Amino acid sequence: MKLHEYQARDILARFGVPVPSATYVETPEEARSVAESFGGKAVVKAQVHAGGRGLAGGVKLVSSADEAADVARSLIGTKLVTHQTGPGGAPINGVLVAELTDIKTELYISIVVDAEMRTPVIMASQAGGMDIETVAEETPEKLIRMATDPVHGLWPYQARDIAIALGIPPKSVRSASALIMNLFKVFTETDATLIEINPLVVTGDDQVVALDSKIDIEDDALFRHPDLAKLADPAQDGELERRANDAGLAYVKLDDGSVGCMVNGAGLAMATMDITLRAGTNPANFLDVGGGAQEDKIAEAFDIIVSDPDVKAVLVNIFGGILRCDIAARGVVQGATESGSSVPIVAVMRGTNAKEGLEILKTSDLNVTFADALSEAAPTIARVMAEAN
Amino acid sequence: MSVLVDGNTRLLVQGLGREGSYHADACRTYGTNMVAGVHPNRSGMKFEDAVPIFETVKDAVAETQANVGLIFVPAPSAADAIIEQIDAGIPLVICISEGVPVQDMVKVRAYIEGSGSRLIGPNCPGLITPGTKTKVGIMPGAIHKHGKVGVVSRSGTLTYEAVDQLSSRGIGQSSVVGIGGDPINGTTFVDVLELFAADDDTEAVVLLGEIGGTREQEAAEFIADKLGKPVVATIVGQSAPPGRRMGHAGAIVTGPSALASNKIAALREAGAHIAETPADIGEVMAGVLAG
Repeated sequence: MKLHEYQARDILARFGVPVPSATYVETPEEARSVAESFGGKAVVKAQVHAGGRGLAGGVKLVSSADEAADVARSLIGTKLVTHQTGPGGAPINGVLVAELTDIKTELYISIVVDAEMRTPVIMASQAGGMDIETVAEETPEKLIRMATDPVHGLWPYQARDIAIALGIPPKSVRSASALIMNLFKVFTETDATLIEINPLVVTGDDQVVALDSKIDIEDDALFRHPDLAKLADPAQDGELERRANDAGLAYVKLDDGSVGCMVNGAGLAMATMDITLRAGTNPANFLDVGGGAQEDKIAEAFDIIVSDPDVKAVLVNIFGGILRCDIAARGVVQGATESGSSVPIVAVMRGTNAKEGLEILKTSDLNVTFADALSEAAPTIARVMAEAN
Repeated sequence: MSVLVDGNTRLLVQGLGREGSYHADACRTYGTNMVAGVHPNRSGMKFEDAVPIFETVKDAVAETQANVGLIFVPAPSAADAIIEQIDAGIPLVICISEGVPVQDMVKVRAYIEGSGSRLIGPNCPGLITPGTKTKVGIMPGAIHKHGKVGVVSRSGTLTYEAVDQLSSRGIGQSSVVGIGGDPINGTTFVDVLELFAADDDTEAVVLLGEIGGTREQEAAEFIADKLGKPVVATIVGQSAPPGRRMGHAGAIVTGPSALASNKIAALREAGAHIAETPADIGEVMAGVLAG
């Protein structure tokens, strides 16, 4: 689950991490009064779940309270399109109005769980403002990587080592170390999957401040963070993703695809996507209906897939196990009927009750072509797509 | 004649809710010797009128000498159940539960080191040895066939697909091990390949990998240097865009080494036979076995 910058900033402040003075507002009038309290000079930042806001015109410096109100008016209620949002953009429902910071140096710091080392790892660099992948690729020697102890966590000496390696002025190393220790505390206590401070800045008077912050919380851990779960903003996701999330389906919309994929199991779903490539087409989505799905959930999954206007055919690939093929077939028929969709379907069914499932599809009014084995799915899809065009 | 589970397996199942009960029953029907169940507030009762249920894993092990533990408890309690089974001295723990928080797994992994127990999973289908009719997991037993190909996979249903392709060509399996789709899990590809290397009745191996992480590259090194048996491999997720999680928590492209193409190149370089699509696994293995 992604958090907005203003929510991440609040959490950091609560854990004692220095952040700029700022207030989140949803109207131009509020933006004006917040900017006024800073003497008019401020930065107005669109709050969306995506990076690249600055380049997309979502972050603006203002020099008066009136200008702050104007900028807020021009942003709130619109959509911001960045390189991370896709062409539809993400809705701006509010802006963060922040006091200007006197920046001397821009640094970078982040925390993730490293799957290879099986422990949280802190990454830091003196190249603040830059994308960390770029730093890792172009100047790997400038990337600081510090693995933490899986049981104890981060030791203070490690935080100090990072601060020194970042070139923090000697008199500020102590406060920078404290900041890093607190960041790590946020990471573990919120079950974050990512904390990224970019940039972390040293100010003119050698204060160390988290200027921009990003926190992702692990969905699977939200059960122990009911307070954080309330911070979800589903409006930031696309409509289809939101519906899938509500239905408990793992769904990812893909760009430039035309074959919808409906599969049980994540590995088989990826396999099915890859097979559409073999057919000379592109998958329109990843979708895993999961193990214990019932007819209604399958029907909703089908409806979501065909609600995507890019989808010209649907490949249904079910390996019956916990999910029986006859249930999947009934769900497909229900979903196609309810959605009124007439896109052609290619069906592959094996495993538990495959015969019954195939019979249900055969005797339905749907336009279904059958593939007996996964190896036949690609040529069948290619043929059906050729006929559809 | 197999790896990890066989006729000596004495199975304990922890978490006998609706799903756990269903699958415990299916394991027994397949032929697995289930000796104990563990579930809160059912101590003294019997599962399916036959298997004693205990309040704690420690009591169950003391009474029944269970040596394999299968976990179905909900994900929020899964880490606790894994630790409970390790502390009770169960040498092989299989966790089916999906959605265990990754920071729980950081601690569990550290706890396992030096404990003498092995963990498989979480978020996995479990494992099966068809030759001794021993199923410890949620896979459909009927598609399996006794034979000499070992299968190791990060996936569930894709594994069933691969097994089905093998069995339908008359190619049986020694053992099939699902290691799970999470970024931090108990047993890696290399761990299972080591077991297959030492198993005289495994003649060839199917490896089913996916995008994310670098465990397939580690497997490639082992295949090149130490396995000494032919491998058929496939990597799914070639069509997945970077930065988007494909269902499995571990299936996300975060850098070049996480890409399917990078993993395929490493495996090919190591001498593995690559099934270009997951539909070709059975065919490629048939060719390999025919020499």
